[in-house]
Amino acid sequence: MNPHYSKERLFLLIIILFLVIVAGIFNGAVNIPWQQLFLKENQPIMNLRIFRIIVAIIAGSGLAISGIVLQAILRNSLAEPYILGTSSGAGLGAVIAITLGLSRLYLPLAAFIGAILSVILVYNLARQNNKIQQQSLILSGVIISIALSAIIVFLVSLSRNESLHEVTWWLWGSLQVYDLKLLFFVSLIVIFGISIIYLFSHDLNAIVLGEEEAIHLGVDIELVKKILIIITALITASIVSICGIIGFVGLMVPHIMRMVVGPNHKILIPLTCIAAAIFMVVCDFLSRIIFPPLEIPIGVITACLGAPVFIILLKRKEGIK
Amino acid sequence: MNTVELINLSGGYHKEIVIDGISCSIRKGSFSGIIGPNGSGKTTLLRLIGRVLVPYRGKIRLEGNDIGKMGLKDFCRKVAFVTQDNVINFPFTVFEIVLMGRIPYLKRLQFESRHDREIAERALIMTDTIDLRDKMIDELSSGERQRVIIAKALAQEPEVLFLDEPTSHLDIGHQIQILDLLKKLNKAADLTIVMVIHDLNLASEYCNHLILLDKGKIFKEGAPRDVLTYQNIEKVYKTVVVVEKNPINSKPYVILVSREKS
Repeated sequence: MNPHYSKERLFLLIIILFLVIVAGIFNGAVNIPWQQLFLKENQPIMNLRIFRIIVAIIAGSGLAISGIVLQAILRNSLAEPYILGTSSGAGLGAVIAITLGLSRLYLPLAAFIGAILSVILVYNLARQNNKIQQQSLILSGVIISIALSAIIVFLVSLSRNESLHEVTWWLWGSLQVYDLKLLFFVSLIVIFGISIIYLFSHDLNAIVLGEEEAIHLGVDIELVKKILIIITALITASIVSICGIIGFVGLMVPHIMRMVVGPNHKILIPLTCIAAAIFMVVCDFLSRIIFPPLEIPIGVITACLGAPVFIILLKRKEGIK
Repeated sequence: MNTVELINLSGGYHKEIVIDGISCSIRKGSFSGIIGPNGSGKTTLLRLIGRVLVPYRGKIRLEGNDIGKMGLKDFCRKVAFVTQDNVINFPFTVFEIVLMGRIPYLKRLQFESRHDREIAERALIMTDTIDLRDKMIDELSSGERQRVIIAKALAQEPEVLFLDEPTSHLDIGHQIQILDLLKKLNKAADLTIVMVIHDLNLASEYCNHLILLDKGKIFKEGAPRDVLTYQNIEKVYKTVVVVEKNPINSKPYVILVSREKS
């Protein structure tokens, strides 16, 4: 990919992002003419919408970049935090923390522990004779994801905790902001995580060619893999702890962007960041305007859009064999 | 002068010994072939030299330096590998693939410079793949693809190039094309070449030094005419052969003999 083209595309994406942000701010459950939105009495509504958009941007970019990393290091184009069960692990960790009555600021930590444990579990399930079987990796990811989601539902239905009873959104995602401190903390983690991942773009390019190939290009593969898996678990866990489990974002956006700008991570990562932010802001917009004043969980929207993409990719993969 | 030296090298997978106490050296500028039956440890030996596997015992020296003590990137600027059957699932163009040979020279976040691009282009020209530059890697035929993978290795500007069966899956025309290319690089660019190869006659034709492996040990090492004798081959491969002289260049020529009477 010619870097000049990618600069133009970056510019174009930023403009689109700006436009969807504006659209997101001026439209919502409560209909207010835009001139009045800037009035002081409407300030809380304005803030609410702005925070929502921030959550959408953070969640979209973080999940999409995690998807890119997992697809590269597992060399499997179907890998993604949701499909590999990382999101469910994080969700379970967070729900346990709420059940135990821990402070909300501990949520990312609890979610991270859950995410890492589920990664280790899925990895070991998929391993036969010290080799990760590509098909069984996805299979064990989906199985673990279903099992952990079931435990979440079980805990929720047992608990007397009123706040938990309303948390079906853990399973389908919501961009509602309930804790500004937590949002700030999570945004920091995600921005930091994506920056570190970007530092590894050459390594990711090499790893895509195969682990042995990567070693021959001077990449310390075991170390790089460990760092990147921990960072994706951290990003996923942070996002899950503020907006629950949102699936397929990490699958869909990277794939579309690979078709548009090519697979070179140096270009792919920044452009996917912005494209995924656009995608999430639009999904959030859809979730609010399809049945107003009802709000459809964001995960339902991303699943409706993402599941077909997953099926197409799966079919195409089988076609190659 | 020796460029690569193996000293009492042992290694394998999961504590199992595949390479068992090998010592040998590769002369600078030579075109060496590693031959031997399936399971004799040829690929494992390359993986040990390429630092994919860590040796259980022994040392590998590159120009006198222990490679275990070299930085991996420094090592990859001197030694390049063409592995077997590499599958590339992502839609890279040929030029992007070859440019990846420059990764050992790049710092984090550094984009490839004009210099890097020129080196990648030269590698494409040397391997006669410059016309494929903007094609997708999965659109290529096996022969073209192999030349592109070699171009990527050349972009690393190595002093030694290791190849694992570079001609498997290729028809005879493409086999000769790849091996002639290697011969040209060996002579013109003064590149030391070490390749694992199954075909004994191609090994005889192109290599000036052969290492015959058997059960993880060196059975015989030296010039093709000393290694490719019917006694050696029959003992290691457990099959009957006749070794004649090639009428064109008087190099050894191995003829296989069927045990079934026709």
